Amino acid sequence: MQADKPETASDVILEVNDLRSYVFTANATVKAVDGVSFQVKRGETLGIVGESGSGKSMTSLSLMGLLPRPSGRVVSGEILLNGRDLVGKSQDEMCQIRGREISMILQDPQTSLNPVYTIGNQLMEALQIAGVPAAERKERAIDLLRRFNIAAPEQRMDDYPHQMSGGMKQRVVGAIAIACGPQLVIADEPTTALDVTIQLQYLKLLKDLQKQTGMAIIFITHDFGVVARMCDRVAVMYAGRIVEQGSVRQIFNNPSHPYTEALLASVPKLEEPTDRLYSIEGQPPLLSNLPAGCRFAPRCQYARPICTGQYPPSFTVEETHVADCWRHDPSWTQH
Amino acid sequence: MQRYILLRVFHTIIALLAVSIIIFLLVRLSGDPVSTLLPAEATLEDIERVRIQWGLDRPLPEQYFAYMGNVLQGNFGESLKWRGQSASDLLLQRLPATLELAGLALLVASLAGLPIGVISAVKKNTPTDFIAKTLALLGQSMPSFWLGTMLIWLFSVQLGWLPSYGRGGIANVIMPAVALGLFQVAAVARITRSSMLDVLDSEYITLARIKGLPEWKVIWKHALRNAAVAPLTYFGVIIGGWISGSVVIETVFAWPGVGLLSIEAIRSRDIPVVQTIVLFFSLVYCVSSLLVDILYAYLDPRIRYDS
Amino acid sequence: MTTFPTDVIAAEKTGWRWPRILRRYPWFALSVLFLVLVLPAIFADLLRAVLPFVHDPETGKLSQRLLPPAWIGPQELNGIQLTPGGSWEFILGTDKVGRDVLSRIIYGARISLLVSGISILIAGTIGTTLGVLAGYLGGWWDHLIMRLVDISHAIPTIILAMVLSIALGSGFLSVVIVISLIYWNSYARLVRAQVLALRSKDFVARAQMSGVSTFKIMLRHILPNVTNTIVVIATLEVGQVILLEATMSFLGIGLPRPTPAWGLMVADGRDLIVEAWWVALFPGLAILLTVLSMNLFGDWLRDRLDPKLRNL
Repeated sequence: MQADKPETASDVILEVNDLRSYVFTANATVKAVDGVSFQVKRGETLGIVGESGSGKSMTSLSLMGLLPRPSGRVVSGEILLNGRDLVGKSQDEMCQIRGREISMILQDPQTSLNPVYTIGNQLMEALQIAGVPAAERKERAIDLLRRFNIAAPEQRMDDYPHQMSGGMKQRVVGAIAIACGPQLVIADEPTTALDVTIQLQYLKLLKDLQKQTGMAIIFITHDFGVVARMCDRVAVMYAGRIVEQGSVRQIFNNPSHPYTEALLASVPKLEEPTDRLYSIEGQPPLLSNLPAGCRFAPRCQYARPICTGQYPPSFTVEETHVADCWRHDPSWTQH
Repeated sequence: MQRYILLRVFHTIIALLAVSIIIFLLVRLSGDPVSTLLPAEATLEDIERVRIQWGLDRPLPEQYFAYMGNVLQGNFGESLKWRGQSASDLLLQRLPATLELAGLALLVASLAGLPIGVISAVKKNTPTDFIAKTLALLGQSMPSFWLGTMLIWLFSVQLGWLPSYGRGGIANVIMPAVALGLFQVAAVARITRSSMLDVLDSEYITLARIKGLPEWKVIWKHALRNAAVAPLTYFGVIIGGWISGSVVIETVFAWPGVGLLSIEAIRSRDIPVVQTIVLFFSLVYCVSSLLVDILYAYLDPRIRYDS
Repeated sequence: MTTFPTDVIAAEKTGWRWPRILRRYPWFALSVLFLVLVLPAIFADLLRAVLPFVHDPETGKLSQRLLPPAWIGPQELNGIQLTPGGSWEFILGTDKVGRDVLSRIIYGARISLLVSGISILIAGTIGTTLGVLAGYLGGWWDHLIMRLVDISHAIPTIILAMVLSIALGSGFLSVVIVISLIYWNSYARLVRAQVLALRSKDFVARAQMSGVSTFKIMLRHILPNVTNTIVVIATLEVGQVILLEATMSFLGIGLPRPTPAWGLMVADGRDLIVEAWWVALFPGLAILLTVLSMNLFGDWLRDRLDPKLRNL
């Protein structure tokens, strides 16, 4: 799926073309990511939305080169980070790139930090990778903690993870992620495990940091509220593929894929009284046994024979807004 | 942390006291030692005289307290079999030999076991792992006395490289140390492997990789530190295994240590010596368990600050 | 744009698998176990009646002492026969009193099976009872029993075996008692943990509310649910029990001579290691195979029935 508008090369930090990552198990091959393409520009936040199992996390792991070994592999496609293709790079090479150029914030703060080392130790380790000389590391670490609004950072340096609250831990994880000043940060549902009251603070923090550093963010979430707050562009994923992509405004005002419509409909709105929460009927298909046609067709209210027969190509709905749905085919009414 | 240590020490003391009572009772119940040790011609008066002399005619609780009183003063009684020598002397005489053996066995077990466990976890499901797992399983299923005997057959009888019994130079200690340690290599490797596998699945390992750390650092600094706790707690059991093992291995190789002494004493029903050795072994075992628990608390900060 | 051949990757990336036969290893292990332990134990007398190479394990003719295994020929030096060759009548050779090694191994299987079976039965019964009591009744029952478990942990296995053997003498019964007293605590500890988990379940609450007596609850509601755990512990421990019995016999504090116990045979063999290696090798091999197959089987059973016991 490609956007039509030509971009200036220096704007685009990350370009993913037809990425396919499969997990090979004894019984079947799971096509976790099956032809995903998108771009992220400097300073931009791209949201990737979808339900569990849609391939969001696997996409981010593919970008980092951290697919579960030995069964996970990138099978085809390009991941161009500043023009360099990451696919096919060895683990040693990826080691150099991780942390320094591309980083990630994991979802569960309770398990992301190593319980036997102080957070100061773990933070300074990240700074060591950034090449910060030993004498300055402690200062820089305290400074990072301060930037993430952690009170009394000097004392915190000697704390162990289990002595901190979830929200604070997640901030440490964030600090570690940006310690090396990466150009791209992938945030994989960073606020899902946090208290609602803390979520907003955290998001604001990230947004401020982004303004200061100009880093790009890929924000993975299933929460459209967060999308509205944080993202510039959105990609909606379903069963391993991106089914719709566009700016936040375009997606919200003009959802062009039945799945997107359904997702937006299932977010309860305070202003409208609802009797029942809307949920989408049915289940996503097994990633090991994908149908030939549109993968959402079995659950789609608009489905027609062509939908189950052939996978729809990307149709341009508006400028910078594409959707993979046969409804946008000019000859739809005849199908 | 202080409270935790005190509690554990308290439990240990209780356990040791209970052990001393149990040993005392069992040994006393096993029959009259006097009649077995005196020559057959001894008259009933002779037997009675000796019994009174050794205080064996008093009621049991009195005997026990007399015994414990002596023990706390460092007097463990005199050997019945080796006349003239106190039980504690005998023990101390033979102790260095056992320590030498156990020390080397410890080296063998940890130098071999931990790395094997780590490597087989990292290379899970490869032929390396399979070999390691099989060797570990074999190690745990093999009777150590048989292994010792076969080692003697191979290296002493067939190849003539190593002496088959007794204590002497390095050549003498290699086989017993390997036989004793090898048994535990399997156990250590197995525990390390399963612990490492659990750890390697953790999120913080993924985070370590995300940071851009080289793989060796991820494994040996981050993973092992967490995984090492499991085999460490098992070390207490391993020490117990060594005590038991030293009895067997010293018998196979005629190694003049405390283990061999205990077998000889049991065969001769030399009660003071048996009691002393059992108390000593139990003490060693309990203290090492205690030390391991403390070490465990130190290594895992969560226990340290929460208890 | 890079593309990798999916089918090649698929084959390569599923990781190394066990060869086919080993994947069915529980059956393999069971059959070895059967061969080495159970069949000979049950049919020893029948085998002796039917097969010419199975003899009475306890008697031997001195004229046949120290014969090597059947496939080894006589040793000669300058035409003078130093040692006789083996014969197919005594497939695995004979010991220093002329007793056939193979026959003793076969009859020894019966001993091992009996000792381990009975010991585990006793240990399991005591341990489970105490575990259920400690777990269900709690309070000072729990305290007392757990202290007992702690204390029993404080004495290393062999030492306890040695001391108990002094108190009880040697002989079949003493060995069984010794082993039972050493192995009851795993049952107590793990059954107690299981019972603690069960105690808060609904069906127990219902039984309590209907006024079922405590004893009946323990017997008919709790006990059946811990059977899985008991069975797994038993199979995992059989190997250790057999090893302990063999070790005790080897040290001279277990079964008395001339019982064809495997441990005793290895002890004899150790003294003869220079001239008659077969006397020690084959009984030890029997122990190894038995324990190995029991361990494999126990592991597999544990994975099927109660994987939480992984760290036993």
